[in-house]
This record gives sequence, structure tokens and C-alpha cells, in this order.
Amino acid sequence: MSIPQEHDYIGLSEPLQSEKLSYKMAAAAEGVTPSLNAEKVGVFNLKETELRLGLPGSEAPERKGGIGIGVSLFGKELKDESMCVKNFVSGAKRGFSDAINGAGKWGLSIHGGSAADLGGNGGPNLKEEIPAVKAVEERKNEASITAPASKAQVVGWPPIRSFRKNTLATNTPKKDDVAGKSGSGCLYVKVSMDGAPYLRKINLKTYCSYAEISSALENMFSCFTIGQCGQGLAAKEHLSESHLMDLLHGSEYVLTYEDKDGDWMLVGDVPWEMFTDSCRRLRIMKGSDAIGLAPRTMQKSKSQN
Amino acid sequence: MAYSFPEEVLEHVFSFLSSDRDRNAVSLVCKSWYDIERWCRRRIFVGNCYAVSPEIVIRRFPELRAVEMKGKPHFADFNLVPEGWGAYAYPWIAAMEEAYPFLEEIKLKRMVVTDESLELISKSYKSFKVLVLTSCEGFTTDGLASIAANCRHLRELDLRESEVEDLSGHWLSHFPDSCTSLVSLNMSCLGSEVSFCALERLVARSPNLRTLRLNRAVPLERLANLIRRAPQLVELGTGAYSAEIRSDTFSNLADAFSACKQLKALSGFWDVVPSYLPAMYSVCSGITSLNLSYAAIPSSDLVKLISQCQNLQRLWVLDYIEDSGLDALAASCKDLQELRVFPSDPFGAEPNVSLTEQGLVSVSEGCPKLESVLYFCRQMSNAALIAIAKNRPNFIRFRLCIIDPQAPDYLTLEPLDAGFGAIVEKCKELRRLSMTGLLTDRVFKYIGSHAKKLEMLSIAFAGDSDLGLHHVLSGCDSLRKLEIRDCPFGDKALLANAAKLETMRSLWMSSCSVSFGACKLLAQKMPRLNVEVIDERGPPDSRPEGCSVERAYVYRTVASRQRLDMPDFVWTHDEDSSLRYS
Repeated sequence: MSIPQEHDYIGLSEPLQSEKLSYKMAAAAEGVTPSLNAEKVGVFNLKETELRLGLPGSEAPERKGGIGIGVSLFGKELKDESMCVKNFVSGAKRGFSDAINGAGKWGLSIHGGSAADLGGNGGPNLKEEIPAVKAVEERKNEASITAPASKAQVVGWPPIRSFRKNTLATNTPKKDDVAGKSGSGCLYVKVSMDGAPYLRKINLKTYCSYAEISSALENMFSCFTIGQCGQGLAAKEHLSESHLMDLLHGSEYVLTYEDKDGDWMLVGDVPWEMFTDSCRRLRIMKGSDAIGLAPRTMQKSKSQN
Repeated sequence: MAYSFPEEVLEHVFSFLSSDRDRNAVSLVCKSWYDIERWCRRRIFVGNCYAVSPEIVIRRFPELRAVEMKGKPHFADFNLVPEGWGAYAYPWIAAMEEAYPFLEEIKLKRMVVTDESLELISKSYKSFKVLVLTSCEGFTTDGLASIAANCRHLRELDLRESEVEDLSGHWLSHFPDSCTSLVSLNMSCLGSEVSFCALERLVARSPNLRTLRLNRAVPLERLANLIRRAPQLVELGTGAYSAEIRSDTFSNLADAFSACKQLKALSGFWDVVPSYLPAMYSVCSGITSLNLSYAAIPSSDLVKLISQCQNLQRLWVLDYIEDSGLDALAASCKDLQELRVFPSDPFGAEPNVSLTEQGLVSVSEGCPKLESVLYFCRQMSNAALIAIAKNRPNFIRFRLCIIDPQAPDYLTLEPLDAGFGAIVEKCKELRRLSMTGLLTDRVFKYIGSHAKKLEMLSIAFAGDSDLGLHHVLSGCDSLRKLEIRDCPFGDKALLANAAKLETMRSLWMSSCSVSFGACKLLAQKMPRLNVEVIDERGPPDSRPEGCSVERAYVYRTVASRQRLDMPDFVWTHDEDSSLRYS
């Protein structure tokens, strides 16, 4: 792509609203070929892209102008290709500030809606023009990440591999001033379920109680249980630690975990913090398999079945 | 025109071509070259295991000896790909068992490998030599035992950062006494203790051993004996580097190190006791690669160590090094090519060490050969990035991670567009870029205009609109992999650049604004793109079509778009031209 860049970084240090930045092609094309405007609305026509398919890496001759694949939208419309290239070049010679103050429209619109959808004609906040659903999602996104000091943990952030995260958690730094800090805010453990074709990973630190984790697991694995998990849950007013087994009541499954020593225990017997400290992995076992684990508790849940 | 050049001569000429690109080019010259080339190709690299099927590979290349393959997309490393998504090695292993009896090498990255697969590998190939599993999962130490026991000519067993279910350390004892061919053993990701006697004997009977990476469970007291048995080692990964401070342990270790005249790379160093670091000083002048990224070493001790390593080319370190340590690095290590600084406390709200953008600026100033950087920090400024770009226009890889993903320039509170713009403008050979911080559509405009050699781009929490994505897709001529999370990019840019997607290996978009409708449309219009909608909320058509999907993974493929191993949370185009879920 050979559109010369007119701007320099000094010029750009003025605060600019990016939504006023026009896509140079659109600005250029507009100035040159009036007929393009009318077509702009429908310019995003997938038929165009369909015809553009070639072998990966190949370039159709008319693209020699070096604009790039994306410009096929405009490339198709213009009959005279040499004029096309020249005009794009001359269009690009417009000053950066011209482009900003200019039409500011980017003529791509999938549903034939207004070309101003993306343009933001000097609108202060481009996001307002996006359909409501998306705006809500974005704000929710922002909310969850503009509060790094709060407990909100964004999945996969910072981007550190599990191996490194787990090692950090058990690292014992020799520096005094970091001695007091606990490890990572993240503890991924695998959750498998007997009979399920694949397992899941959950972050133990995002839960604060056995109730939370059991309902999360219920949601995750409900597609695999033939049984009546949901009914058991609906019947309960509140869930206490000792009633964890009741959550899976009626579905013949019990929740167990493997602790640091490699032993398999029933979930729910120890205080929550102790559990998260020692839990290495979870397994939703068939009740019949769990008999050896804690006979007294098993009988209790069996009598309730 | 009769082609009188004998095939054997052509084959011989082709044998000098090792790069895949060259071989691919050669095979396009004419039909006969295509045929000759495919019969003599011995190595193959498949960047996306779903881009092609085992049958197609086997049909085209009947005589392979080495297969290298990648499975899950890169963001799987950060738990963005749900478990069970795919990338199973077994179908490939099973298909190759019949087709390639002389297979020698299998290298897999981010794939699910089972014990069954490992057993099959160990029993199917009489001359199997190299097994490298990078960031793989799904197997246990039992699978390793099969490999150890049955692969009589095993040269390399490398389990880089794989997640192995560690049942016991007994697997190592399965190497028969007759196995003397080991060149490389990397077990650093394993947890449990192996028999130290078995390990020592294995090392002692492997005269060609060049690379030995131990796991944390190998105590420092054992290290000296091991190294002594392998003075020819070129790469060593220690186990836990801590012990009671005792002069005999120290001198033992120092002596053992001094016998290793060929040592070039060091790693490991879990649980470091800094007083034992000087035991390594005798080898430091030859060291070119140092991985201290699991080592909690205070800055002053790091500086002492690093200033001994004048020939250092690659350094991976935790942010305990601080700006002052990086200053020292810049002063001592003029050959430095790659620097990675990892965070010691990534989830803490406040910085625990004094590492800022200044450290990176110093290194970029002082190290003229620096070309690859991965840097975690908590603040950045446009001025710093601009300075870095000016100092170091030879960057090939530049990955910056600011812990707060939308942090602005901390001095001016502006977006970091200008800073990253400088990077792409000045660093004309840039092939890989990861950005963080407050970034608007403007930075993507710069990237689209300047980053012509960029092959891989990672974006998170950036941009304002589809314009941003459009700039990248329409401007970056060399783009192969694009991964995006939590950006307001959506349908318009995607559909407008549909053709571009087929020139790339893959596009990942999660928590963006891509609708199910757009995914359907894209899949319909582009028959050679697989558009996977990965959504754990249930069938996408139970929600309005304009609703954004959780994740979209788009990749070119010549295999079926309805892969047989799709879990229930993945939807792709149904070839009956109505999108149904599998």
C-alpha cells in the first residue's frame, strides 16, 4: 500500500478525536467521483468480495496501484483504473487536517444503513451510534477493566501462561519487601466429570463460597447430566457448605477434589480458604465411586436421596 | 518440450532446499516438478492442524520423516479458548502410523496429546528420534514411560511447558540401559521427583547429551554430580537452586561448572539462594542465553551475575531486575538480541519493584543488536516509545504489556498512539507486535500504513470502531495472524476484508462486536474459510442475530469445515447452506 503519509508525529500530538478521522480513501473517492457517493451505501456488497477471491498472496493486476485488498470495494466501482490510482494518490495528498475537517464519512454499511454509522460526523462519541446491544456490551467491558484496583479479574489478563502463573504462586522470593505478598490472584484448576467427553478449567479465586462454585459447576456441566440437578437446586433456599452434596442431589454425582498430597476428598468438609489453598483439581464423580472417600457423609446424602 | 533432465538430478538439487517457502515455490513451477518435489519432501510444517486433513497431507507427501504442527490459537495460553475445543493429536498420529513407517520426528505445539497417542508413537516407528511437545496437554507420565521404554534411538524428548499429569517420576527409569542416544532431555515442566540414580546413570551413558533441563524436584545437592557426568553439555536447566549454605556444596558445584567448557545456555533456577550464584561464574563468559524468569533474585545479585556474561544474547528475567539492573545490562551486554522481562506480581494493585519504561529505554539505547523484546511494566509514555523506536529501528519483535490494559501515557494522559506509531514507522522489519495501553483507531491507521512486514499482531482493549480493524486488514500486507480481544471491532470491517482473511493463517476475535449474522455471512461467502463461533452460552440462534458472539475464530482451510471433533459450544457453517450447530 503506497498512500504517502503526510503527517508527522509532532502534528499528531494535538488531541484529536479519532472518530473525526476520515478514512482517506473515502474522502479521496468522494472528491473525485461523485457517482461513488450514491453507490457508497451499497458499496459494501459482498458480491464484490466474492469476485475478488484469488489464491492467497496473489494480486489481481488492477491492484497494482498498491492500495491493497480492502479497497476492492472502491476498485470495483471505478471503471478507469489508472484514473483510480491517480485519484487516490491525489486524494491522499490532501492535508491531514483537511481529511479531519472533511466529510469524515467512511462509506461502509452492511445493511445499507446510513454511511454516517461509522463516520461520526463530529459526533463526540462514536459509540453512541452503535446499536444499543453493542454499546451496552462495550460499557460493561469498560466497567470491568477500568477498575483494576477492585477484585474484578479479567480472564486471561495479564497475558501470562498458566505454567508461569502457577510457578509464581508457589515462588518464595527472598526480598523482604515482597515477603508478605500472597501469590497470584488466579488459580486455575481442571474440573472433570465422569462420563463427560471433555473437562473444564475454572479459576477458584473467582468464587467466594462453596455455594458459588457449585452453582457455576452446575451450569457448566448441566448439559451432561441426564438427571435432575436443576430440580434439586430449585428446592433449596440457601446452600451451606455441609449441604454441597445436596446440590447434585438426585443426579447421583458428588463433587470431589484432589488435594496437595494427592488424596481425593469430598468437597465441602473444610473451610473455604483451606479448600482453595489445597485444591489441585476437581472431579465430579458418580456417587457409587465416591463411597470410599467419607463414609459418614455419603450415608447422609444417600439417606436424603 | 521434452524435459530431458533426469528426475534424480532434480531431486538432488531440491535436497538443498530446506525452507518450506522454497519448496512450495518449486512445486508450483510445473506438474513434473510438483511430483518430484512431493516425493522427496521430508519435513512438513502445518501451522494450523485444522487447515488441512491428515489424508490430504499423506496423499501429497508420501515420504515424510518429520512433522511439525500447531493446534490451538495463541490466546489459548491465556485461557481464552475453552477446554475441549479441539486440536487433538490422535487422528494425526493414527493416520501417520500406517503412512510413515520411517517417521523420525514429531513436534507439536498447543495440541491435546493422550497417553494413547504417545504409546502409538513409541510402538509405530522403528527409527523414531525426536519428540517435542510445546504447551501441550492431555497426557500423563505413563505416556512418557512408553516413549522412554520403546523408542530405542530416541534423541530428543522435550516437554516445553506442557501440562503433564504427573503420576510419578518412575517414567524416567523406563529408559533401557541400551539407550545411549539421547541428545536432548527437557523435563522442566514436570512436578514429581525422578529417581536420581536412574537420572545419573542415564546422563552418564549418553555421550551425545547436549541439552539437559531438569525439573524443580532435582535438588541443588544433586546438580554437581549430574553435571560432572556431562561436561559436554551445551544447555543446562537446573532444578531448585537452593540449599543450606555450605562451603562443600558450593565448591563441589563450582568445580562441576568449571568443567563444562561448552555451556552456552542456562535456565531453571527455581527457589534461588543468591549465594550459590557465584558457583556459575566460571561459565558466564561463554553464556549466550540465560533464562532467569522463574528466579526471584534481587537486582543487585542479578547485576553481579549479568555483568559476568558479556556474550549474552538472550535474557529472560523477572522484573526484580528493576531499572537499575537493566541499566547495568545495557552497559555490559552489547551483544544482547532478545530481552524478556516478566512480572513477579502481576495481580498486585501496586508495583512491587522499581521497574518502569526507563529500563526498556536504557536497553534500547545501550544494546545495538537488540531486536526482540517482551516487556511487562506498569507505566509507559509516548516519549519513551518514540525514543525506543529511534534508538532501535532494528526491532523484529516488539511486545509490550502494561499491566493495566488501558493505561494512557502516564505523563500526558494521552493515548499511546503516537508511541506505537513511532515503533511501526521506524522499525521497518517488524514482524511481530503486541500492544497495550490506551489506544484509539489512530494507532491502527499507523499500523496499516507502516507495518508492511508485520506478520503477527495482538491487540487487547484497544480501538474505537471498525475503522481500526479495517486499517489493519487493509494495510498490513504481510499479516498472517491477528488476535484481538475486547475491542469494539465488528461486522463491517470483517466483511469488508473477507478476501484478506484467506491470505492469513487465522483471525481470533473474542469479546468484540462480531455478530452471529456476520459470521454466517462470512462463512457463506468464503467457502475456504472456516468461521468458528465459540460460544458457551448455548446456540447462537437462540439470541438475536445482531448479538455479539463470545469468540470468533476464522481460519483458511482446505479440509472440511465441519470438523468431526467439534464440541457443543462451537458452531460452523453447515454445508447445506443453513448454519446449524454440530
